[in-house]
Amino acid sequence: MKVDPEKSEGLPGIKYFISEKTDLFFLTLYNVHKFIIRFFKVAFSPPFEFKEIINQCYQVGYRSLGLISLTGFITGFVFTKQSRPSLSTFGASSWLPSLISIAIIRALAPLVTALIAAGKVGSNMGAELGSMKVTEQIDAMEVSATNPFKFLVSTRILATTLMLPVLVTYTGFVGMMGSYLNVHQNEQTSITAFFKSAFSTITFLDIFSSLLKSVVYGFTIGVAGCYQGYNAQNGTQGVGRAANMAVVLAMFMIFIEEMLIVQVINEFR
Amino acid sequence: MDINDVIISIKNLKKSFGTLSVLNGIDIEIEKGENIAVLGRSGSGKSVLIKIISGLLKPDSGTVKVLGREVDKISDAELQKLRLKIGFSFQSSALYDSMSVKQNLEFPLVRNLRNLSRKEVNAAIEEVLSDVGLSQTINQMPSELSGGQKKRIGIARTLILKPEIMLYDEPTSGLDPITSIEINKLIVQVREQYNTTAIIITHDLVCAKETADRVAMLLDGKFLMQGSFEEVFNTDNENVRTFYDYNFINAK
Ligand SMILES: Nc1ncnc2c1ncn2[C@@H]1O[C@H](COP(=O)(O)OP(=O)(O)O)[C@@H](O)[C@H]1O
Ligand SMILES: [Mg+2]
Repeated sequence: MKVDPEKSEGLPGIKYFISEKTDLFFLTLYNVHKFIIRFFKVAFSPPFEFKEIINQCYQVGYRSLGLISLTGFITGFVFTKQSRPSLSTFGASSWLPSLISIAIIRALAPLVTALIAAGKVGSNMGAELGSMKVTEQIDAMEVSATNPFKFLVSTRILATTLMLPVLVTYTGFVGMMGSYLNVHQNEQTSITAFFKSAFSTITFLDIFSSLLKSVVYGFTIGVAGCYQGYNAQNGTQGVGRAANMAVVLAMFMIFIEEMLIVQVINEFR
Repeated sequence: MDINDVIISIKNLKKSFGTLSVLNGIDIEIEKGENIAVLGRSGSGKSVLIKIISGLLKPDSGTVKVLGREVDKISDAELQKLRLKIGFSFQSSALYDSMSVKQNLEFPLVRNLRNLSRKEVNAAIEEVLSDVGLSQTINQMPSELSGGQKKRIGIARTLILKPEIMLYDEPTSGLDPITSIEINKLIVQVREQYNTTAIIITHDLVCAKETADRVAMLLDGKFLMQGSFEEVFNTDNENVRTFYDYNFINAK
């Protein structure tokens, strides 16, 4: 059988610039970009949905708090425990608190929190908006002369953007407590001495970059969850897909943003 | 008939999705106060038609005028204004399932009429709830309602904005005969009380007969027949006959 190269992939007779998957990827990026512009147009023009923003902030915090408490604490504890041998080789285990605080505040807290929030909050938004979409609830808002984008999407993106810095700060704190527990068990360091040593190497730039990252990741999680949910299709199946794609898209963008932000921040060190 | 009395005017409307041609030259005029039933088999584009009328979907070609405005040409702000006058009852009811009945009803109201007092909002909610006969459900969640109750609340949610036009998407589908009769009565009551012009999409010929002045049969993307119930069903066309025979199987 002869295979026409133009027709060999995807639907018959449809031409792609590169391939079906690649085209779809760039199309998604373009649509996400349009979605973000729409957010900025809608979110900051009155009337505001204050009540719903607060409700969504609460949801974001409530959903992720348990899991980030556990993960943050264990990350701090285990990271400290596993770093000790290599530092001890150089007789430098007294550097442990400052090493750990740099690791947690610069890198681990924002990333761990963002990944957990992407999994818990992003997927939830994808599923929630997705089911509203496929059951025509979003259409119903639209035909009743209200703005579903404003009520559903803007509030959620604002909530994740506002809440992630709070959650990251909390993860950092819990992670340090986990680390302290391990240091205290082994070196009998007091809590004041531990935190003094830990914060001696932390600079304003570290805190700033961490907060910057958390704002960016929060925004990303909200955009990914809402974008996938708001554009869900094909019934129940589409809802599952939207939840799943929300997590994939959020994590993908978070890792790329992590790379970029770290590169830029290091220019200032 | 004065031109101003035509509320919905559609000329040569076409709509396809990819290679699937759904509507292929729809023409219809609906006058003020008239209730018209649109019949057609599943997938014939009935929902697409009313989604175009309410601006949820854009036509490929043709003109769609609602209250003198071309829905696909006007600005977003103008479309919003027009939508205040259009009530849309969804086939799936589309109640906001995270909100109580009360919150469902006030959702469009408080966002469109911003200077209403709490008291006025509550009064409006109670009024529409009693219109649809479901005052007792005010604090219930949609998941606690039966199919017929959901349909009624969906209708109440559109009535709260006092629409001039009602679009009902299969109002009786999935309901038992007794509940269907109640919904038919509600549609007639809404028409009398609110003076609505309406399009009622249905497979249910009892519903069409009870609620509409005129029926239009959608087939292959066009209105095959239009006229009174008797005119349309007094025909030899096989598709139309099948519709009739299936609905009135005992009347044969
Ligand atoms: N948004 C859409 N995208 C693609 N196809 C659609 C869309 N909406 C409807 N269709 C297709 O149009 C046809 C008519 O749909 P619809 O108007 O819902 O039928 P019905 O007459 O049963 O209400 C169906 O084949 C459906 O798959
Ligand atoms: Mg339909």
